[in-house]
Amino acid sequence: MAEYVIVGNGTAAAGCIEGIRSTDPKGNITVISAEEHHVYSRPLISYLLEGKTDLERMKYRPDDFYERNNVKLIFGKAEKIDTKNQKVALAGGKKIVYDKVCLCTGSSPFVPPFEGLDTVKKKFPFMTLDDALALEKALTPKSRVLIVGAGLIGLKCAEGIAERVGSITVCDLADRVLSSILDAECAAYMQRELEAHGVSFLLGDTAVRFDKNKAYMKSGAEVGFDVLVLAVGVRAETGLAKDAGCTVNRGIVIDTKMQTDVKDIYAAGDCAEGYDSSIGANRVLAILPNAYIQGHCAGVNMAGGSADQKDAIPMNSIGFFGLHCATAGSYPADGEVCEERTEGGIKRLYFKGGRLAGYMLIGDVARAGIYTSLVREQTVIDEEYIDKVKKFPSLAIFSSDIRRKKLGGVV
Amino acid sequence: MKRVYVNEEWCLGCHLCEYNCAFANSGLNDMVKALKGKPIFPRVHIEEDDGITYAVSCRHCKDPLCVKSCIAGAISVVDGTVKIDRNKCVGCLTCVLVCPYGAVAPGPSGAAQKCELCLENSCGAPACVTGCPNNAIVYEER
Repeated sequence: MAEYVIVGNGTAAAGCIEGIRSTDPKGNITVISAEEHHVYSRPLISYLLEGKTDLERMKYRPDDFYERNNVKLIFGKAEKIDTKNQKVALAGGKKIVYDKVCLCTGSSPFVPPFEGLDTVKKKFPFMTLDDALALEKALTPKSRVLIVGAGLIGLKCAEGIAERVGSITVCDLADRVLSSILDAECAAYMQRELEAHGVSFLLGDTAVRFDKNKAYMKSGAEVGFDVLVLAVGVRAETGLAKDAGCTVNRGIVIDTKMQTDVKDIYAAGDCAEGYDSSIGANRVLAILPNAYIQGHCAGVNMAGGSADQKDAIPMNSIGFFGLHCATAGSYPADGEVCEERTEGGIKRLYFKGGRLAGYMLIGDVARAGIYTSLVREQTVIDEEYIDKVKKFPSLAIFSSDIRRKKLGGVV
Repeated sequence: MKRVYVNEEWCLGCHLCEYNCAFANSGLNDMVKALKGKPIFPRVHIEEDDGITYAVSCRHCKDPLCVKSCIAGAISVVDGTVKIDRNKCVGCLTCVLVCPYGAVAPGPSGAAQKCELCLENSCGAPACVTGCPNNAIVYEER
């Protein structure tokens, strides 16, 4: 019987388990989890602090998930992959034999070497469930919170704790919020919404030095705080792969079958650098849908089936204080931008070469997935349909023949 | 499995499917009480363009992107039917971001909702189809 080992216990691992089981109902699956938790939805940690979910509901899969899939779950730390003898060595000496192994090790917070950071008592990353629970313990209704990083993690953290602290200041070296997914116009729109809910910003500025409860900024400003959240960025966890001889760039390099360049080692999720069709090159796409899809694809291939993923694109659905935002694709500087503003939002479509290369919707995100499908499938848009595409997403942007297939057949 | 399919050329654009859907999922047994003077959140919607109308609802895809993309693990496939666990959904709308048919939308509580074929409500079969006066939507095997 085949021996499958999965290092990690997040979304990519869950996908990998389900991928293996879709192809091989019998082989042995061992999951090595560094976090001592049932698989949970990592992006829900901010919703947990906000009170929109709880520890039970934020489980990514039901309680009987491992049992039903006949998975052996081990809490421990994988330290080394012995490729010669096909074994994964755990801290403490235990060794697990594998025929195929999948690295679903995710990423970890990247903390720049700030001067004086060691003098700060209450400082937290915001990545894991344990991080969120530790942060929660430190918060009081009077807490002044400084969040370093105005990206997805930092701002979701801000939203999650907004109702239970005294004040929140967010700083970022970038000159706008959510700089990885929004252009200047959309970022400004979102920033105003966050400010309307009491979040203050110091953008284009960063802390250069900390001294206990004070941050000294590059601009010369001084920010007093009680609790510090470090959400500068993340780094793919690639150590095991590198030691095993896999090629590693920003993440573990994988092909469209999720295979690394070392035999029988696969990788999936935030630790991996797979093919991004929106740029035609490999890139770490640290988004949850991608983690699941890559994990599932890896699992199918590990079990002897055949799967590949060639259409991954960056995409995000994120909201703050009820204002939703949907983005996908790339934003070529030399394309055509089509902007429309309404009372409750903004829409920016990026066209290039007769295709929708990417889009940003804030406010009205209804049927955004139709835009996403145009980006993902790199659909060439007929001249006669372009105005309809610009108007709003609907199936009217397709010819009746194509629409008939979508609505009249099994898809 | 049986799914809802659209006969575009027969759709009158009467929107009855939307009302029947909202009523079927209201949990009430009086249509007036369920719908009158209230914002409704049907799980099927009529699209209109250049005089052409057609109903759009969840396709119950064989390999649904929404299931793979849900950040809360709240969407699953049960006997071919794609279902949303409203209790787990946090309303992030990633399903709206990925559905190529525009068939998922937030419901009254902010949680995402979509057609679940009326299998769990009192109808037992899609109310939109039952109430369609012109067979513009049908529920059958294809």
